Amino acid sequence: MNQFNQNNKITFDIEVDSLVKKFKEFIAVNGVSFKVNSGEIFGLLGPNGAGKTTTIKMLTTLIEPTSGKARVANYDIKNNKSNVRKNIGIVFQDPSLDDKLTGKENLIFHGMLYNLENKLMLKRISEVLKLVELEDKANILVENYSGGMKRRLEIARGLMHQPKVIFLDEPTVGLDPQTRRKIWDYIIELNKKHKTTIILTTHYIEEADFLCNRVAFVDHGKIVALDTPEKLKNKMGGDIISLKIDFPTNKDIFTKIKWIKNVKIINDVIELTVDDGEKKMLDVLDIAKKNNIKVNSVNLRKPSLEDVFIKITGKGIREETGSFKDKMRMIHGRIR
Amino acid sequence: MIEFKAIYVIWLREIKRFIRAKSRVIGMIVMPLLFLIGLGYSFNSLVHLSGNVNYFDFLVPGIVGMSLLFTSINNGASIIWDKQFGFLKEIMVTPNSRISIALGKIIGGASTALIQGVLVVIIGVLLGFSLSVTAVTLVFLVFMLLIAITFISLGLAIGSFMSDFQGFGIVMQFVAFPLFFISGALVPVTTLPTVLKYVAYLNPLTYGVDGLRATLLGTSTFGIGLDLTAMLISSIIMVFVCAWAFTKGNTT
Ligand SMILES: Nc1ncnc2c1ncn2[C@@H]1O[C@H](COP(=O)(O)OP(=O)(O)OP(=O)(O)O)[C@@H](O)[C@H]1O
Ligand SMILES: [Mg+2]
Repeated sequence: MNQFNQNNKITFDIEVDSLVKKFKEFIAVNGVSFKVNSGEIFGLLGPNGAGKTTTIKMLTTLIEPTSGKARVANYDIKNNKSNVRKNIGIVFQDPSLDDKLTGKENLIFHGMLYNLENKLMLKRISEVLKLVELEDKANILVENYSGGMKRRLEIARGLMHQPKVIFLDEPTVGLDPQTRRKIWDYIIELNKKHKTTIILTTHYIEEADFLCNRVAFVDHGKIVALDTPEKLKNKMGGDIISLKIDFPTNKDIFTKIKWIKNVKIINDVIELTVDDGEKKMLDVLDIAKKNNIKVNSVNLRKPSLEDVFIKITGKGIREETGSFKDKMRMIHGRIR
Repeated sequence: MIEFKAIYVIWLREIKRFIRAKSRVIGMIVMPLLFLIGLGYSFNSLVHLSGNVNYFDFLVPGIVGMSLLFTSINNGASIIWDKQFGFLKEIMVTPNSRISIALGKIIGGASTALIQGVLVVIIGVLLGFSLSVTAVTLVFLVFMLLIAITFISLGLAIGSFMSDFQGFGIVMQFVAFPLFFISGALVPVTTLPTVLKYVAYLNPLTYGVDGLRATLLGTSTFGIGLDLTAMLISSIIMVFVCAWAFTKGNTT
């Protein structure tokens, strides 16, 4: 059963092999395979509807895969559900609290369903309530919580029984930056101290970048890239210089220059990929001047995971939120 | 296989929710009250039953059975709420056996149904029900429990296959109401047309109501022994059906 322990140094807490999930005719997950090492923080990144939650639901035994195999904590998700369940914890993407119970009652319910010994349970409850700063709200009904408070309670609950493998489905969505940061630190601490294996999905690029040892890009039910954030970003091969210009211009002006590796024009923004961006910025401005392109603002940045994602799939991770415009607004702010 | 802690905490949740939903308690009492006054009082002088039982006395155990039936199916089907509010997946992802989870829901729902059943008996007595106090009177609690277990399991089983409340209205119309009307709750089974009579013989509620009459009123059609046996069998079957539905149904 435990082949990997005997033959290899690395052990895997999650092994997924050609997992498929169909809803009627629609293929939500289309042959996904990956492995997560013991003690790793692993991220699934992808746009809405990519199939991240569906994958997690299969791995946590909540839905049956249409085909394919997977093992979690070394147990088969089809034939050994009960042992899989014993070793996992999950923070769901969608709400899953009983709002007719108080916050503390929700946690007690959880602790007892995981058969925590009473004293330990109460200790854990006060720990996690402190972490998410809900101590003073512990005894009011969840229906009187704000959205962010509910989210924090869900996180507290998911971390409470300290399982071997934790699934976090967009854990920090809707939280303010300070709280998010605190949760990140706790996740890392949990991972360091207890060697907890963590698999998370997120729309926040910074979250994946900050937390994950490795990241898989998911698009249309498939994994389109999988590597460490560093290596993924290196795939972009350099820094990105973006120019905001007045009039649309011809791509050729830049593509014919050989040290410019990649040119992308989106409306009034030109993005150039170059090595050694700090030095090349001046050259780029020169070229623009020579070609009578009026540059309103210029920005240099290291590529983000989002850039890599766009390069691979041709679209952003949070397409619908107009992240690109947001970015340009930031660039403007910095230059003025 | 059976995790008592899980059963206990799921039971506890049902009780807490019950206590906190005060409007539900009122709603639960209104319908039986209307039936007892509207039907019982007005038909009392019209309907003459064989033996010297008056219609109101005959009706009270039937209405107790009715309120147990509706509350139980409702309690069972509350699993659809759990599903809609996402809470069910929090329960289903835990390492507890599906049978323990189902038992927790069943025992929790049965406890609250029992409270309601007793309330209806008290209301009946206050309205003039001639309670017969004998050695077996308290056995009515056993009948209530078995009625509750049977129909909560039914509600749970149906609820595990449904994902929204549109379906639930249909369940009430096509399952709960027929079970109620073809059960001898309102009129003696023996007076039903032949076809319906045989349907009634297959309906657990028939024996439940008959058992309630045997214990509370001291008269019955089938006798307390048969009633008890039938209810025990139906409870056991329905608990298994429910456990099966829990593993096969759409519970996330
Ligand atoms: N029960 C279901 N029945 C039918 N289609 C479903 C069901 N669950 C998910 N889908 C579909 O499968 C696809 C993948 O959904 P999934 O929730 O896994 O996406 P996701 O990657 O988690 O997206 P998001 O980032 O928005 O959470 C979607 O197109 C969704 O509509
Ligand atoms: Mg999702």
